[in-house]
Amino acid sequence: MAATELREPPSGLIRRLSAALFRHPRVKLALTLGTPLVWMLVVYLGALGFLFVAAFWHLDAFTGLVVKQYGLSNFRLLWDEPVYRTITLRTVGIAGAVTVADVMLALPLAYYLARVVSSRFRSALLIAIVMPLWVSYLVRVFAWKLILTPNGFLNWIVERTGIGSLQLGNSNWALFIVFTYLWLPFMVLPIFTALERIPESYLEASSDLGGKEPITFALVVWPLAFPGIVAGSIFTFSLTLGDYIAPSLVANTKFIGNVIYDSVGVANNLPLGAAFAVVPVVIMAVYLLVAKRLGAFEAL
Amino acid sequence: MAQRAGGRVVIRVYAWLVIAFIYVPLLIVALYAFSGSVGQRWPIQHYTTRWFGVAWRNGIVRDALKTSVEIALLATVLALVLGSLAAFAVHRFSFFGRNVVSLVLVLPIALPGIVTAMALNSVFVTAKIPLNLVTIFIGHSVFCIVVIFNNVIARLRRTPTSLMEASMDLGADGWQTFRRVTLPAIRTALVAGALLAFALSFDEIVVTNFLAGSEITLPKFIYDNLRQPRSRPIVNVVAIVVVLLSIIPVYLAQRLSGGADVLTAGRTQRSSATGA
Repeated sequence: MAATELREPPSGLIRRLSAALFRHPRVKLALTLGTPLVWMLVVYLGALGFLFVAAFWHLDAFTGLVVKQYGLSNFRLLWDEPVYRTITLRTVGIAGAVTVADVMLALPLAYYLARVVSSRFRSALLIAIVMPLWVSYLVRVFAWKLILTPNGFLNWIVERTGIGSLQLGNSNWALFIVFTYLWLPFMVLPIFTALERIPESYLEASSDLGGKEPITFALVVWPLAFPGIVAGSIFTFSLTLGDYIAPSLVANTKFIGNVIYDSVGVANNLPLGAAFAVVPVVIMAVYLLVAKRLGAFEAL
Repeated sequence: MAQRAGGRVVIRVYAWLVIAFIYVPLLIVALYAFSGSVGQRWPIQHYTTRWFGVAWRNGIVRDALKTSVEIALLATVLALVLGSLAAFAVHRFSFFGRNVVSLVLVLPIALPGIVTAMALNSVFVTAKIPLNLVTIFIGHSVFCIVVIFNNVIARLRRTPTSLMEASMDLGADGWQTFRRVTLPAIRTALVAGALLAFALSFDEIVVTNFLAGSEITLPKFIYDNLRQPRSRPIVNVVAIVVVLLSIIPVYLAQRLSGGADVLTAGRTQRSSATGA
C-alpha cells in the first residue's frame, strides 16, 4: 500500500490546491456548501418565500389579472366562505381520523415486530413493511380504486359473506381507507423504534410487582411508545393534509389540495391557491410545536 | 417473557392481518395487468399478456417512459453532486447556522408535497417561465437532494474520522484522502442514495402535476387516463411497470447497504436535523 503511494508522484497543481484548502477551511466550507445551499436557497426557500408573498396578492375581478398589492382578501375569503371552511374542516377531520386508525393498526404490528417475532425474521419483516412506501404512491391509490369499484374485490368478498353489498366508491369512507392504507408504514416505523428501546427488565419489573398485562401496557408500554406515536402522527397527519390525488381519484370530494390544484389549473387564481397552501403550513407548524412538547422529536 | 401465550397469538394474528392489508392491494393491481377484459370486474375472467404489447406500441406511453427516465436520471445526477457536497459540509464543519442548513435540506419532505409544488409553480408562472421538462427536473431535484443528503450523512457519521486523519498523517493530500479513503467508505451510500432518488423521481406525481405543463411522465399518464374506461388495460400495465421500475432500484439499494435503515432515510426524517 505504502509503496504504491510513494511511486505516485504528487501532481503539482492538485497537491497545492489541496494544501491551500487544508489551510483555509472556510474556503473549503464555502466550496462544499456553497452550491447546494445556493440551489436550495434560491429554488426552494426562495419559492416558499414567494408563496407567502403571493398569498397576500389578489386577483382583479374584472381583468382576471394578478394585482400585486398586499391585503388579506384571500384569507378573508377562505375564512368567510362556508365552502372553504367545510373543505378545511373535512381535510383536518379526515387527517385526524386517519391518524387514529393508523395508530390502531400500527401499534400491535410494531409490538409484534419489536418484542414477539424472532430477530431472524425482524429485519426481513421490517423491510417488507417499509418497501410499499417506495411502490408508486399513485399505483397504490389506483389499487384501491380497483378494489372499491362496485363489482370489484371488496364487494366480491362482502357478497360472499352474505351481508349484502357495500357502496364505498366515491365516499369519504373510501378516502379514509385509502389514506389509512397509504401512510400506515410511516406510523409503524417510529412506534417500532420506540418499543424496541424498552428494556425487557421494565416489563419484568412490572409483572414482578403484580402488574397484569393491561396494567403493564397502560403504565409502562404506552407511555414509552407515545413519543413514537406522535412522531408517526406527524407523517400521517401532514401527508393527508397536503394530498389532492386520492380525493380526486377515489372520492368525488375536495380537500385543501384540490382547491389549490384547481386554482392553478382551472380557476387561474394564483393568489388564492398560494393563500390556501399557507393553511396546511400553519396547521403543521402548530402540530409540530405540540409534538415537540410531547417529546416526539427524540423518537424520530 | 411475561406474556400469556394467548395474548401473543392474538398479536401475531393481528400483525399478519395488517401485513396482508398492506400487500393484498399490491397483489390485486399486479393481477389486473394480466386481465383480459376491459372492465374492472373481480374475479378476473381470463388472463393474457397482450396488453403489455399494446402498451409498448403506444406512442404516448413510450414517450412518457422516455421522459420519466430522462428526468429521473438528470435529477439523480444533480442531487448526487449537491446532496453529497451538503452532507460533507454539514458533517465536516461546524459553522454558524448548521442546524438551519440541515433543516432547510429536509424541509421538502417534512412539508406536504403540495406546498413545494404550489410554491415552485407560483414562481414559474409569475416569472412567465414555461412549464416543461426543465421545471419538472428542478422540482424533482429538490427532494432528491434530501435522499442523497440523508444517506451520505448517515454513512459519514458511521465512518470514523480517524481513517481520514491517518491518511493525512501518512502524507496524502486532501484529494488523495478523498479518492482513496473517503470515497470507498461512502461509495455504497452514494449508489444506494442514487437508486432511491431515481425511484422517488420516477414515480413522483404530486409535484409533477404542478410543474409539467403539457409534458407527460409515466405517473402523469396514469393520473390523466385513470378515469378513461378505454385506457384502463393500458393503465393497468403501465402501473405495474412503474412499480417494477421503482421497486427494483429500491431493492438493490437495500441490498447494497444491508438494512432497512436506508429505506427509511429517504422517506422519513430519522437522520435529519435532530441528529446533527
